[in-house]
Amino acid sequence: MSLKELNKNIDLKDKDTISSSGMDLSEETRSASFLQQDNQVQFSRSLIDGVEITSTTEALINDPLAREYYGQAFKYLNREYPQDTDGGYFIRVKAGKSVELPVQACLFLKAQGFKQKVHNIIVVEEGAKVYLITGCSASHSANEGFHLGISEFFVHKGAYLNFTMIHSWKEDTSVHPMSIALLDEGASFVSNYVCLKPVKEIIMYPTAVLRGENSRASFNSLILSHPDSLQDIGSRVILKEKNTQAEIVSRAVSLGGKVIARGHLKAENKEVKAHLECRGLILSEMGTIHAIPEMESDYRDVCMSHEAAIGKINKEEIEYLESRGFSRQQAQSIIVRGFMDVNVLALPEILKKEIDDLEDRTLKASF
Amino acid sequence: MLLQINNLSVEVSGKPILKNIHLEIEKGEIAVLFGPNGSGKTTLIKSIMGFSGYEASSGEIIFNGNKLNGLSTEQRVKLGIGLMYQHPPKIRGVKLKQVADFLSSDKDKISAFSNRLSLNQHLNRDINMDFSGGEMKRSELFQILLQNPELLLLDEPESGVDLENIAIMGDVLKDFLHQKGKSALVITHTGYILDYIKAKKGCVMIEGSLWCVGNPKEMFESIRKEGYEKCKECHEPQRVE
Ligand SMILES: Nc1ncnc2c1ncn2[C@@H]1O[C@H](COP(=O)(O)OP(=O)(O)OP(=O)(O)O)[C@@H](O)[C@H]1O
Ligand SMILES: [Mg+2]
Repeated sequence: MSLKELNKNIDLKDKDTISSSGMDLSEETRSASFLQQDNQVQFSRSLIDGVEITSTTEALINDPLAREYYGQAFKYLNREYPQDTDGGYFIRVKAGKSVELPVQACLFLKAQGFKQKVHNIIVVEEGAKVYLITGCSASHSANEGFHLGISEFFVHKGAYLNFTMIHSWKEDTSVHPMSIALLDEGASFVSNYVCLKPVKEIIMYPTAVLRGENSRASFNSLILSHPDSLQDIGSRVILKEKNTQAEIVSRAVSLGGKVIARGHLKAENKEVKAHLECRGLILSEMGTIHAIPEMESDYRDVCMSHEAAIGKINKEEIEYLESRGFSRQQAQSIIVRGFMDVNVLALPEILKKEIDDLEDRTLKASF
Repeated sequence: MLLQINNLSVEVSGKPILKNIHLEIEKGEIAVLFGPNGSGKTTLIKSIMGFSGYEASSGEIIFNGNKLNGLSTEQRVKLGIGLMYQHPPKIRGVKLKQVADFLSSDKDKISAFSNRLSLNQHLNRDINMDFSGGEMKRSELFQILLQNPELLLLDEPESGVDLENIAIMGDVLKDFLHQKGKSALVITHTGYILDYIKAKKGCVMIEGSLWCVGNPKEMFESIRKEGYEKCKECHEPQRVE
């Protein structure tokens, strides 16, 4: 069965929700797909050689390799993680494989009050390159939904993983992702995070560990905060080896909700380079943005910096656009749109356009 | 009368900047405003635009029969006023092209102006972000021409622009102002722009008052030779006829 056929059984509203979290339901622009609704894996197939995609539950039964990886990233940092998960995806990109079109995965909440708990494992073997887009979303029917997503990323020697996650929840959904990425020598990990829809609460603090020399990680996020929502979102990079590099960039706009933008850079070796940048715009009296950038180093020979800026929109910028004939409302929305520039994310061209359009739609509806 | 300013006084941050300004610009007329740094020229323009913090504490501004006091900037622009900034702000993430597309739906016109002003490379850049001084001025001119207002407020259009580009900008502006019914208020220190436009009236702002009124080229020559002090000797602050 193709995703297209499955697609026919999905109700129209849900289809919209799923698409707006970055899924291409036609599969045309994707090289592999995975779709899980609540705890049911609805679909998983790879269209190309060298990419394996399956549910983690199944992989743990059939694939010794999956068992080898399971829990390793958490063990590496001596961290606990919940074991009572059901599903999630196991993706493996074989050594040397460079995957042109993105791999996509969708975790969808459908039943009222359902508590989805998944465990994802992503393995990018030596010298491989892949773009992965994960959409997490909730159906209009999924009231009071809960999502716990555990993700372990293994980016091996010289490999490249570009991971984009789009959260598209509902005002009463609670979300607690836990992610750890382990990078070997010369590996690159790019994480792009987009959350524009209302949500009750998101608490996450993904961590990347640069355990191989010359590896690098970057975390980029665009966050829109609606009234009554709490988004406590951080990124942490541990620079364990020499000549590693990290960058954390976030843009948050509060329309009335609370954003805590955390960032933590920890240098555990010398000759590392890291930068943290956090910008926030508060558009409503009720909004709060709390930026908490942290930097730690035991060595002198490091280069670490951060900049944070929070405030309302510059009056001069609004007046400038008004003097060109934009209304105040239009000026504000165009500046916010520009602030949430998709170029903040390090996206492949094909996803850039999609996410740009998604932003257009969401921001238009929010103003 | 296109623009009529009567007895205008403006305080900025509680400090009186403009004092009892009178100024009239007829339809089709180009007026030039001289004056030393900090004398209040830009303040006058901001006040005409209706920017916040630059409201009239007394007096009135009338444009095409509409009283502007109390109107929003957007409303003033809709009535036909356009501004070319002396120091435009940079706006992160907003492309010059976006504003151009908003100002005109005529693609040919946009590309014609951007060609003439060598701005093709700049259309896809964030507005004024890392633009050179001259590029900023060209981009300002580009936008105001697309906007096509009836009254152009040009705040030092040529300052910081090299001679070659002044010639280009001057020619573009000349063609534009040639159209029937276009009026302008031009602020200049260098006077270069006067070679390209047919300005009939000049005035001098000193310490927030308008002093002299006369032929702009003659005034510019006398300011060049004898400085602004001489203007003060002239008379009492004058009402511009
Ligand atoms: N927002 C403000 N707050 C405080 N002072 C201001 C403000 N805006 C203008 N001023 C002051 O008002 C005075 C007039 O400024 P304005 O910009 O109008 O001068 P200008 O004639 O355009 O000078 P220039 O030739 O240097 O451009 C200056 O002393 C300036 O510092
Ligand atoms: Mg000025």
